Amino acid sequence: MLAGRLGNRRVLTAVDAGAAGLGVTVGMPVSKAQALVQGLRIEAANPEADQASLERLAFWILQRIAPIVAIDPPDGIVIDSTGADHLHGGEEALLEALTGRLALSGVTARAAVADTWGAAHALARFGGDLHAMPPEALRLPPATVAGLRDMGFATIGDLMAAPRAPLTRRFGPELIRRIDQMFGDAAEPIDALRPPGLIETRRAFAEPIGAAETIARYIGKLVVALCAILDERGLGVRRLDLICHRVDRERQTVRIGLAVPQRDPQRLTRLLCDRIPTIAPGFGIEIMTLTATITEPLAARQTSTLAPEAPDLSGLIDTLAGRVGHRAIYRIAPVASDVPERSVRRIPALSEPTTEGWPDHWPRPTRLFARPEPIETMALLPDQPPVWIAWRGIRRRIKRADGPERIFGEWWTREAERIAVRDYFRVEDDAGERLWIFRAGDGEDAATGSHRWFIHGVFG
Amino acid sequence: MSAPFSDPALAALRHRIAAIEGGHGPPLAVLPFGVSELDCRLTKGGLALGCLHEVAGGGNGAVDGAAAACFAAGIAARLPGQVLWCVTQADLFAPGVEQSGLSPDRVIHVEAGDDTAVLACMEEGLRHGGLAAVVADVARLSMTASRRLHLAAKSTGTTGIALRRWRHHAEAADFGQPTAAMTRWRVSAIPSAPLPVQGVGRARWLVELLRARAGESFDIELEACDGTGHLGLPADVAGGSAATAGRLAFG
Repeated sequence: MLAGRLGNRRVLTAVDAGAAGLGVTVGMPVSKAQALVQGLRIEAANPEADQASLERLAFWILQRIAPIVAIDPPDGIVIDSTGADHLHGGEEALLEALTGRLALSGVTARAAVADTWGAAHALARFGGDLHAMPPEALRLPPATVAGLRDMGFATIGDLMAAPRAPLTRRFGPELIRRIDQMFGDAAEPIDALRPPGLIETRRAFAEPIGAAETIARYIGKLVVALCAILDERGLGVRRLDLICHRVDRERQTVRIGLAVPQRDPQRLTRLLCDRIPTIAPGFGIEIMTLTATITEPLAARQTSTLAPEAPDLSGLIDTLAGRVGHRAIYRIAPVASDVPERSVRRIPALSEPTTEGWPDHWPRPTRLFARPEPIETMALLPDQPPVWIAWRGIRRRIKRADGPERIFGEWWTREAERIAVRDYFRVEDDAGERLWIFRAGDGEDAATGSHRWFIHGVFG
Repeated sequence: MSAPFSDPALAALRHRIAAIEGGHGPPLAVLPFGVSELDCRLTKGGLALGCLHEVAGGGNGAVDGAAAACFAAGIAARLPGQVLWCVTQADLFAPGVEQSGLSPDRVIHVEAGDDTAVLACMEEGLRHGGLAAVVADVARLSMTASRRLHLAAKSTGTTGIALRRWRHHAEAADFGQPTAAMTRWRVSAIPSAPLPVQGVGRARWLVELLRARAGESFDIELEACDGTGHLGLPADVAGGSAATAGRLAFG
C-alpha cells in the first residue's frame, strides 16, 4: 500500500486487494491502519512517477487505439475514439480489444464508452445509471463532495432536481459545469497528449476550408512536409493520423495504418485522400495536423537491375486495408493440429513465407463450413460409410466412399475432448458430388461422441 | 483449327477486330492447360492472360463453388507470383486449395463485406500489376463492372478470375447475362474414375466453355487439378479403356 501526505496528515493513497480485505481503506490515516493491522508494508507514494507512467500508457494507447488520447489524472486515460473505432470493428470491439491488451500487459483496467468525457469517466468508475451515481462521479474536489453529502445529496439525480442558483452560490460554478459536461451541455475539449519527439506537421487556415478538393490539396502539402522530416531522420511511418479541427471545436480524425514503413508522399497522400469522404467538414476546418504516430527506421535500399525483384505489394495491402480494414486481409498458415478447423490460422499478409505445409496424405475439401451441418444418414456397420445421406432435405445415395479417417480430440486443450473422436469419410454421391462427412464418436462407445453425423465440407 | 489461321483474309479480319476492341499494347500471352484436347480448341492454344475470365460451378457447385475454386486455383497456381483472393464468406479451406497446387504462402485473402466491396478490391488488385492473378467470389457481375475489371486486367496484364457463386440455386440463372469477360467456364463435378478397389478415385469434372470471345464453345470431361494445378485427361476419354488404365496405375 502507498501512503502520501494530505495537509499535515499521512494518509493511505492506494491499497492492494489483500490489505483491503483486512479492512484498510483509501483515505485512512496511516497510524490508524497500523493500529488496525500488524505488519503492514507501507511505501511512500510518488505522484510524479505515477503521472509519468500514466503518460507512457497513454502514449501506448495513442499508438495503437485512437489518435486523440489524454491523461485524466490521477488514475485515468481518456480516449476520443471518433474515427478510430471502425478499425477495431465498432465501439464494443474496441473496448474489448483495449481491456484485453491491457490485461495481457498486466494492467487491470475498467473502461466505458460514452458521448462525453464526464459520463465515460463516471461509468468506468461507478457503472450503472448516471442519475443514480454518487456525487463523487462528478470529478469534484473532495471538499465539495463532502459538502454535498452533508446537505443530503446522495445521487447526481438529486443534484439535477435541485435549483441551480443556490447550488452555485454555495459551491461555486465548478459543480454546475461538471454536471453540464457530463450530460454534454457544456463542451469539454480533450487536450490531446503530444509526447516530445512526435513528428507532426500542422497548417492553420485563415479561412476555414470545406471542399473535398481543398482538403486533398492541403493533405498533399502536409504529407510532403512530413515526409521531408521523416527523410531527414531516416524514418518511415507505420501509422498516420490526420486531425481536422473544425470551427465549431469538433475534431474529425482519420487514421491509416501501413503494412511496412513508408515515406513515399504519393502513396501516403493517396491513402489519406481515399478517406476524405469520412471527414465531415461541418462549417469548415481551420487547423489540420498530420502526425506520424508510429515510425520505424527506413533506410535506403540497394536495388539490383540484374535480378528481377519481387513486386512490392505493400501499397496494395494498405489501399485494401483502407477499404476493408487490416484484419480482413490475411494469409493462411498451417497449425500442427489434426482437427480441421484448427489446422489453419491467419497471419498478416506480408509475413515471411511459412515453408511448412499440411500433411498431404489425405484429401481435404476446398470449402470448409464454418460449423458442421447435421445430416441424416443410414449406415450399416460402424466402420462403414453411410448408404445414403440427407442434407438440407435432399437425399443422396452414396456410390463410393473413402474412410474412415479417425481424428482424435485434443485432450490437452479441453477436458471435453479427452476421449472425443470424429470419423471422417469422403463420400461421392450418384451425381458425382464429393462431400466430407463425419460421425461424432467411434460408432461403439457413447462416451466418444454423440454418434450423430455431420457434413463439414465440399470437395472440388 | 489450323486451316482458318492460314487464311489471310481471316487473319486480316481478326487484326481489325482486335484493333476495334482496343487491342493496343502487347499481344495477349496465353497459359496452356497442358491438355492438348483442351488447348487445341481454345483460340490461341490456351487461356488468355491479362483478361477477365468467369468460372462457375454447375448444379450444387453454383452455391458451394468448390469445383470452380479448384479450377481457378489450378490456373492461378501455374502463374508465377502472389495471388489475391477476394471473398465475402471465408469458407475457402487452405489445405484443400493447396492440394490443387496453390500453396498458402502465395495467396493473400481479402474478406470484404459485400459484392461491391469485393469487386472494388478485385479491381484494385488488377490495377496494381504486381500480382499473378486475382480471384474473386462474386454473385452479381454487371456488364459495367465486368468491363471495368477487364480493362484493369488488360492495363497491367494481371489475370482476373471472377468465381461466380450465388447464395441460392434460383439466382444462378444470372449466369446467362452477358459480361465483358474473355471466357466463361462452367465446372461441374461428375462421378470419379472407377477404381478396381473400393474408394473414391481422382475427381472428374465436366468442363464447359460456355462463351469465348473469338472462339467456339465446347465441353470436355477432365480429371481435376493435381498437386501442381494441372488438369488431366481421363484415360477412357484418351482412347484406352478405363479398366486397362486402372490396372496399369494400380498394379
